[in-house]
Amino acid sequence: MNYPEGLFYSKEHEWAKKDGELAVIGISWHAQDSLGDVVYIELPAVGTELKPMQEFGVVESVKTVSTLYCPISGKVIEVNQELAKHPEAVNEDPYGKGWMIKVKMSRPDDLKDLMNAKDYQASLKA
Amino acid sequence: MLKRTPLYEEHVSLGAKIVPFAGWEMPLYYKNIISEHEAVRARSGIFDIGHMGVIDVSGKDALPFIQYVATNDASKLNESECQYSILCNEAGGVIDDILVYRLKDFYRLVVNASNTDAVLTHLDQPSKSYADCRVILRTDLSMLSIQGPEAKGSFLSLSGLKRNYCSDWQGILVSRTGYTGEDGFELFSPKDKAVGLWREFISKKMTPCGLGARDTLRIEAGLPLYGHEYNQNISPLEAGYAWAVKFEKEPFIGKAALLKIKENGVPRKLVGLKLDGKNIAREGFPVVSGGKKIGAVTSGSFSPTLKIPVALAYLEAKFAAPGGKVFVEIRGMPHSAVVTSKKLI
Repeated sequence: MNYPEGLFYSKEHEWAKKDGELAVIGISWHAQDSLGDVVYIELPAVGTELKPMQEFGVVESVKTVSTLYCPISGKVIEVNQELAKHPEAVNEDPYGKGWMIKVKMSRPDDLKDLMNAKDYQASLKA
Repeated sequence: MLKRTPLYEEHVSLGAKIVPFAGWEMPLYYKNIISEHEAVRARSGIFDIGHMGVIDVSGKDALPFIQYVATNDASKLNESECQYSILCNEAGGVIDDILVYRLKDFYRLVVNASNTDAVLTHLDQPSKSYADCRVILRTDLSMLSIQGPEAKGSFLSLSGLKRNYCSDWQGILVSRTGYTGEDGFELFSPKDKAVGLWREFISKKMTPCGLGARDTLRIEAGLPLYGHEYNQNISPLEAGYAWAVKFEKEPFIGKAALLKIKENGVPRKLVGLKLDGKNIAREGFPVVSGGKKIGAVTSGSFSPTLKIPVALAYLEAKFAAPGGKVFVEIRGMPHSAVVTSKKLI
């Protein structure tokens, strides 16, 4: 289990990392562990406008499929192309090489609605 | 209360992800499904299948009883041979698919964990109409399965053992059977020997494999799983197992209904699907052609061997020929697929 400090976590098990006016988004250790072997990630086109709780893609694993929900508002400026070749990066390095999209935030206050690492871990136990 | 096999603590100590399955706490995977699947295709892997039901049938009437409840012809079995067979209801629907072993003094049925209770109930009434027939669930045994092209290296004294035959190995009954599409061996271990055997194989660097890989391996091999390809409303004829239904033997449960299905032609057939694209067809997803639903997916996965999404599906018989183009509806969107035989690899 691994929930780095400094990230913002959603109830839907996505994380967001603030980088100036940008946010990098992926799924948590718990999410990838629940899915098991990830084999395909469907991601949005660059330029897509997203809002909190809007679907932005799906993760297919061997056993199951899960919808991705955007934790914040903004415009997709980059998607992780490497995941097409190496979907297993989501399992192996969910907060690093397994990142999914970069969003230019339109409402940075959205981050305040998310959980810190400690609260997220507590929510997993609840 | 979920049941545990004698190997539960071994799984936990190996870091397995444990899930409930058919009333048992079983390992889904240890490391991940794909690496375990690949180990079995390339080398060998060991599975705890202690959840399988082992039912012994003994007495002078054991054979006539089995002939009546199961579809295959057990009178053809040599000693130490086993056959795939099916328990049907009167309508020809499947109660369970099983292996029937002929051992020295009795017969042995290996049944699905999820159906062990249903099978015992199904056998109870008929067994009482035979004067000398005893049906006993062997709770003192726990099965292990060792599968893969290198599995035979662990059973050198059994190098001459033919597929679907069993033999003594170090005091344990071992059969050359499996559920992966590979060569392999299944062990009927006394419960108190299971941990020792498991540790011995693990110490030889054999890959422990969970139910996840067991499922992806059997899907690639086109082997049906009860609750997916079989249920009480599906006949073995539709699943492509007419060869395990012997109409020429004495009467058996479901014979009349199955004969009728055979004469009318099966309405649907089990096929394999290879999908274009990357999305995975899951159980229940509709299969369509010309805008009309022609069937449904029963099992779907990413194929670690082929590196594409594959599925097993029942299609209307006229669409079941290999090579046909169909579409699987995945979250409302049609995805093209090619029909293949159910054996996908």
